[in-house]
Amino acid sequence: MLRPPGDHPRTPRHLISAADLTRDDAVLILDTAEEMARVADRPIKKLPTLRGRTVVNLFFEDSTRTRISFEAAAKRLSADVINFSAKGSSVSKGESLKDTALTLEAMGADAVVIRHGASGAPYRLATSGWIDSAVVNAGDGTHEHPTQALLDAFTMRRRLVGPDAGIGRDLEGRRITIVGDILHSRVARSNVHLLHTLGAHVTLVAPPTLVPVGVEQWPCDVSYRLDDVLPKSDAVMMLRVQRERMNAAYFPTEREYSRRYGLDGERMGKMPEHAVVMHPGPMVRGMEITAEVADSDRCTAVEQVANGVSTRMAVLYLLLGGSETALPSASARTEENK
Amino acid sequence: MDAQHDHTGNAARPVLEASDIARVLTRIAHEIVERAKGADDVVLLGIPTRGVYLARRLAGKLEEITGRKTPVGSLDITMYRDDLRMRPARALARTEIPGEGIESRLVVLVDDVLFSGRTIRAALDALGDIGRPRAVQLAVLVDRGHRELPIRADYVGKNLPTSLRETVRVQLAEEDGRDAVLLGVKQTVPAGEQ
Repeated sequence: MLRPPGDHPRTPRHLISAADLTRDDAVLILDTAEEMARVADRPIKKLPTLRGRTVVNLFFEDSTRTRISFEAAAKRLSADVINFSAKGSSVSKGESLKDTALTLEAMGADAVVIRHGASGAPYRLATSGWIDSAVVNAGDGTHEHPTQALLDAFTMRRRLVGPDAGIGRDLEGRRITIVGDILHSRVARSNVHLLHTLGAHVTLVAPPTLVPVGVEQWPCDVSYRLDDVLPKSDAVMMLRVQRERMNAAYFPTEREYSRRYGLDGERMGKMPEHAVVMHPGPMVRGMEITAEVADSDRCTAVEQVANGVSTRMAVLYLLLGGSETALPSASARTEENK
Repeated sequence: MDAQHDHTGNAARPVLEASDIARVLTRIAHEIVERAKGADDVVLLGIPTRGVYLARRLAGKLEEITGRKTPVGSLDITMYRDDLRMRPARALARTEIPGEGIESRLVVLVDDVLFSGRTIRAALDALGDIGRPRAVQLAVLVDRGHRELPIRADYVGKNLPTSLRETVRVQLAEEDGRDAVLLGVKQTVPAGEQ
């Protein structure tokens, strides 16, 4: 491949798991995202930084939100974006992940953003040697969703520490509660790892049937009683009950779930004054969250969408912006995991 | 352009001392007022890191002269550099555009050392994405020559003819604990290999 003089061949670097990030990596991403967020306030919301680079959104599962967020992020950095969704493509005709990857490589992809139903698919793509490009995990099975965790941490830092005061800081000592379907949630898993790395104390709250096996190995506490945890929380993250993954087998009725684990106005009143309510979306109003809470000033759901674009811009910039990634430790550890 | 950091430590020779830097900035402030006929629509934008401190100091001097506050901000040019792919991605610095904006105003870019001119090229691109100033001028503490682009400064603290083997390093109290401009010799062998 032709490269301009002085342009060293870029070693491929990846973002596969939030657990791969060191505290300094994570703070660098959040600080970079803070500067990216300011671009959104300008008349021209575009930077020339990734001109000539190609980002492929490779989505084997439907996810309009995550895909358009990555698409907006890549476009604001002037990268070319190719959207490859498995439905109605060669994949539905029986193409393997490897052949899809080789096709993308031949098209000159510099980064592949992958969402896959199988846990570990992004890791396979990154470490198989099939492709040369950077791989960003946009959610794999019930494993991880690292950019969601980063944007959640970014939202918490902005709200709890402040946009300017937060620069260079982590979430030391903050108490974060994650409520709901932990079992099926890659968002919860990524958040537990990242928030722990950033010094926060995480408590998971869920019915016993929705807590994964082996959770005692995770760096967090588990509680079955939401009302006990709420007064001691700086941020409460409500997760969607993933009905499509559970066949009504995990709790008796939706009404009972929502009475014990749903967040309504009365419960929100038990939270400290400064505490925020977060939701990765899509929200099911009346199930895990009431309309009163969802529409209140303390709910950051809409903010999280905007912050998602800034955070993903930061990730793409740090992975693709230079000759090699500015996040060396993450990929180094992914390599060691082989 | 950022001063190249020489690794020679104390071998570097000071060419401007703290008092010289203060005098030079006072002169530049007077020149800005003279050229801009009162400087009432001037916006100072410093290029991180040290250009920002110089811009703030210049704003202070302008206030002493005109009695009015001059808007001052910073302009990070990292995302507009033409050598991004030659080095690992760098951390970004802050861009802070004053509330008045830059639309139809006289923007004076402030940097510590003018060298190849590539930083200023990037700054002009960055400025174009933020607004359309009436005019853009450039103030630098040191002009060391060796331009690689057709760019010149409007206000120069000191012209310092250098060879490419030499390094120019600006130290400012806000960042380095003292004010000085140091002229050193570039080490040909990286320190780690000796």
